[in-house]
Amino acid sequence: MDLERRRFLRGAAGAVTAAAAAVAAPVNEAAAFGPREPKTLPPKAVGMLYDSTLCIGCKACVSACKQANGMPAEQPASLAAWNEGTWDAAEDISGKTLNVIRVYQNGTMAEKDREQDGYAFVKRHCLHCVDPSCISVCPVSAMRKDPVTGIVTHNPDACIGCRYCVYGCPFNVPQYQFDEPFGQISKCQFCNHLQAEGKLPACCDVCPTGASLFGLVEDLQAEAERRLAAQPGTLYEFPRGKLGGGRPGHEAPIGHYQPHLYGEKEAGGTQVRYLTGVPHEKLGLPELPDHSYAAVSEGMQHTLYKGMIAPLALFGGLVFLARRSSKTYRDEGPAHIDEEDSSS
Amino acid sequence: MGFVDDTDRVSGTIRNLDGYEGALGGLTRREFLKYCTGVAVTLGLSSFTGLRIAQAATAPQRPPVIWLSAQECTGCTESLLRAYHPTLETLILDMISLDYHEALCSGAGHQAEAYKAKSMKENWGKYVLVVDGSIPAKDGGVYCMVAGKPILQAVKEAAEGAAAIISIGSCASWGGIPSSDPNPTGAKPVHAVLPGKTVINLPGCPPNPYNFLSTVLYLLTFGKPPDLDIKNRPKFAYGRLVHENCERRPHFDAGRFALEYGDFGHRQGWCLYKIGCKGPETHANCPAIGFGDAGEGNWPVGIGHPCFGCTEQGIGFTKPLHALADVKTFSPPAAFPAVNSPKGEGITPAAAAIAAGIAGLGAGAGAMALRGMKDEGEEGGKEASSRSSSGQH
Amino acid sequence: MSETAPRPLGGPIITKPFAILGVFLLIGGYFILRRFLFGMADVSNMSNGYPIGTWVVLDVVIGTAFGCGGFAMALLVYIFNRNVYHPLMRPALLGGVFGYTLAGLAVMIDLGRYWNAFNLLMPWYAQINSVIFEVALCVMAYITVLWIEFWPAFLERMPVAIKQRFNLHKLQVFLRRYMYIFIGLGVLLPTMHQSSLGSVLLIMGSKLSPLWYTQWLPLLYLISALTMGYGVVMLESTLVQRSFKLPSEAALLAKLSRVAAGLLVLFLAVRFGDLLARGQLGRAFAGDRYSVLFLIETALFAAPVLILASRRRCANMRLRFLATISLLAAGSLYRMNGYLLAIDPGNGWTYFPSAPELMITVGVVCLEIMLYLIFVKTLPVLPGSIAEAPGRPS
Repeated sequence: MDLERRRFLRGAAGAVTAAAAAVAAPVNEAAAFGPREPKTLPPKAVGMLYDSTLCIGCKACVSACKQANGMPAEQPASLAAWNEGTWDAAEDISGKTLNVIRVYQNGTMAEKDREQDGYAFVKRHCLHCVDPSCISVCPVSAMRKDPVTGIVTHNPDACIGCRYCVYGCPFNVPQYQFDEPFGQISKCQFCNHLQAEGKLPACCDVCPTGASLFGLVEDLQAEAERRLAAQPGTLYEFPRGKLGGGRPGHEAPIGHYQPHLYGEKEAGGTQVRYLTGVPHEKLGLPELPDHSYAAVSEGMQHTLYKGMIAPLALFGGLVFLARRSSKTYRDEGPAHIDEEDSSS
Repeated sequence: MGFVDDTDRVSGTIRNLDGYEGALGGLTRREFLKYCTGVAVTLGLSSFTGLRIAQAATAPQRPPVIWLSAQECTGCTESLLRAYHPTLETLILDMISLDYHEALCSGAGHQAEAYKAKSMKENWGKYVLVVDGSIPAKDGGVYCMVAGKPILQAVKEAAEGAAAIISIGSCASWGGIPSSDPNPTGAKPVHAVLPGKTVINLPGCPPNPYNFLSTVLYLLTFGKPPDLDIKNRPKFAYGRLVHENCERRPHFDAGRFALEYGDFGHRQGWCLYKIGCKGPETHANCPAIGFGDAGEGNWPVGIGHPCFGCTEQGIGFTKPLHALADVKTFSPPAAFPAVNSPKGEGITPAAAAIAAGIAGLGAGAGAMALRGMKDEGEEGGKEASSRSSSGQH
Repeated sequence: MSETAPRPLGGPIITKPFAILGVFLLIGGYFILRRFLFGMADVSNMSNGYPIGTWVVLDVVIGTAFGCGGFAMALLVYIFNRNVYHPLMRPALLGGVFGYTLAGLAVMIDLGRYWNAFNLLMPWYAQINSVIFEVALCVMAYITVLWIEFWPAFLERMPVAIKQRFNLHKLQVFLRRYMYIFIGLGVLLPTMHQSSLGSVLLIMGSKLSPLWYTQWLPLLYLISALTMGYGVVMLESTLVQRSFKLPSEAALLAKLSRVAAGLLVLFLAVRFGDLLARGQLGRAFAGDRYSVLFLIETALFAAPVLILASRRRCANMRLRFLATISLLAAGSLYRMNGYLLAIDPGNGWTYFPSAPELMITVGVVCLEIMLYLIFVKTLPVLPGSIAEAPGRPS
């Protein structure tokens, strides 16, 4: 008995090793389950450049966002007891808040945009991915990406409320209204209703410093690169509202930027990009690979279900085997499926 | 009890002066007490203190004040002249003894200088020194000479015997216009030429006369300067940002900004931040007490001009008028959610009990089943083998 | 031969355990009502950091794995033609019927906009790139297939008059003749959606610990579903046989446990091979939350392999039972880790289910057990002899 066990375990160990080798090869080559081709930015895609060093924390964007999208004021539970309905103090984006300004704090918080003993503001809302996970996971096409502007929109009439967009979004952006009996998913849709009227997204419209800057993604990318290339401290004319929109800008010294434009490559690229004075991970902007996880997931699905060939072939084989064995079974012995009803 | 006694004594003192016309600066006794109480309130003191102020202000020996003017425009004096309660003459004739002031002296030339020297000698260690204007330090201070000697020297000499030193105006407090780049005279603030001395700074261009009067009366009353901030400004006047009490603040919070002079937002009285208001980085009590006595709403922001930061070092006369202010309101920030503020519901006792209950139930059921099996193990095995053979044939 | 033919057990339906389960069902029902009246936040701790809570993870992801008995046994009996296991087939199928049907029920409780659920079937809303879409359609189809597969059990018990009235004999003949198609579907669909339950997590990326996030998730979920399927058949059979004093299936179970052990070895091989290939095995000993979860999980997976390595121990009911429990716990923990415990959405989110949330899950499980009891007492599911069945209605 013991011998047998040893043999079994030896076999098991052998199988583990063999499988390890078998698994290692394709994983390294990533050939079989390679991600599907990454999606590309529509040429006329609109986006936003958020410059954290320009943000003054006035929350005008938060307030304008609520107004433009008809969202109610919100308080964290700890404050709701005494200021419910009188003051908007959302802790994070939620079912009732599409945009929020949060703060990074360290030590004495003496200076803005400094990692040690400093603080920094960061705006949080949908980044409008080039290759969005939310669209990839949505079973009913409730999330869509506009083919021209690239804005990721949500259609509550299609939505079944499964919340996989919340689950799968690398930035935790879509938010379900858990406190409503008939809740829906809320997310920033870049004020596409205002854009349709030729207006700017509310947050970019009101931003007093141009920290939230609207524009074509291409132009914004160039603007961001100009800022990154400029010497910190030199005076720079910062545009406000829309890049190239003709509004008066303002002159201010160039901030001490981190040499990284967040959103250029993250998760396959996003249409909202961030320039920050402190490392982005300190501002709750996660470290992400250059490809979208949607591409990984869809690559797998497309490999396994390409033209439904593999499932159909499997089905054919299964039916054949099942038929054969039900025949054998009929011949060899009793089976309840073949047995004549006892009560008849 | 102490207060009651005090009140009687003070009232008595004042009553004695009632017969003397002009003793209270043309005010009736009642008006004068109201004024002193008002000053106390401006200082953030209890209204009882008003009586102590009244007592100090009507003391027979009026405290001597020496006022030196360096590189200045007389704006500080001019604004002081326009104060109405009390009027300046009340202050300088009845409350303090203004022994030297280049613009207000009735004497002139050697006469004035001689009186200054006499007063300083007699009141050595007791007088209050007020300086307006910045001190040119370059080339031995030759750019501002009064009575044949550099003002730098005059200030240093006067400071030696002063009980308290007040820098009035932005020039005296931090250099002001004369010290702006390229600063040809090497202008310095007063505190920079008087190292080691406590200099009360009352910046502003011009400073609010009431902040000056309140500071002087505080000195007279308590014999010590009011609470000062890190830049030696009285906290009662400079403790808060203009932005914090600004009447246009709700527009800022709501994102309603004037974009240029005369546009819709400007006419609507919206926030002036976008056209360069320095309120968010300037400490002053302008929005709370207005300016002068022309009625509330008469301060710059009230009439539609952005605050240009006259009271703040490095802002007024330094930063371009239309450059945006750094908003200091939130530094260090307290009213924002932190990037990783904890969220979500944690474990509750009831939930823990249920989870433990489920686990316990599972473990208990498993154990029960196992205990029952112990005796049957072999039997089951035997039966199994018989069954398996029957199943296989 | 007649001793292996399935028979209704008979006996009173409302017993003491049944009533106790009923009480839990009522409590769960009360909270379900509250969920629909006042919203999910009223009863659940699910949040936008953890939008997938115990309802989906316990009732659907783990619940359907428990319902994989039918799938696993069909694979063995019909596809690999191991007819010896046939007596275990119908109870396994019944387990699958309830596991999946009630997973569907749990999904309806969990769906935020349940009134739109039919959009899943509307072609113009279909989103074929979505893994969840595939899972949803597959599960819906599989629930149908399971009921069809189980339908003969109803027909066997149906009074002749009714059968004649509705001409159900024809249906019976049809089912008998073409059952192999449904059997094929009944294996294909779980293969698809159980592997897809792993694919769902491919979107999680950096939110899921690298100890779990791998391209091999679909395969690992498929294998673990099969092991849990066999595990649940062994558990069910052991418990039912003991509770209702039925003839023992021990020999079959001993064999079956060897199959399960083989699959477990395969699972561990893929799991560790992948971790080695990605160079992430070091994380297993990092000492953090994830490594602890991983080690517990691995221990639970390895224990049954060690127990079942010898044929003697496979035949020992007690050890086999222990192995079964460990196997099921391992599979459950693996799934719970992947979907919940090894997930860190960042942003400071934490989650622990609330008491009402758990009570809803308990209620659903109780309903499952109650329905199972009703079915085995009234329908020919479990093997047994007529003579042995007390109080069986003729």
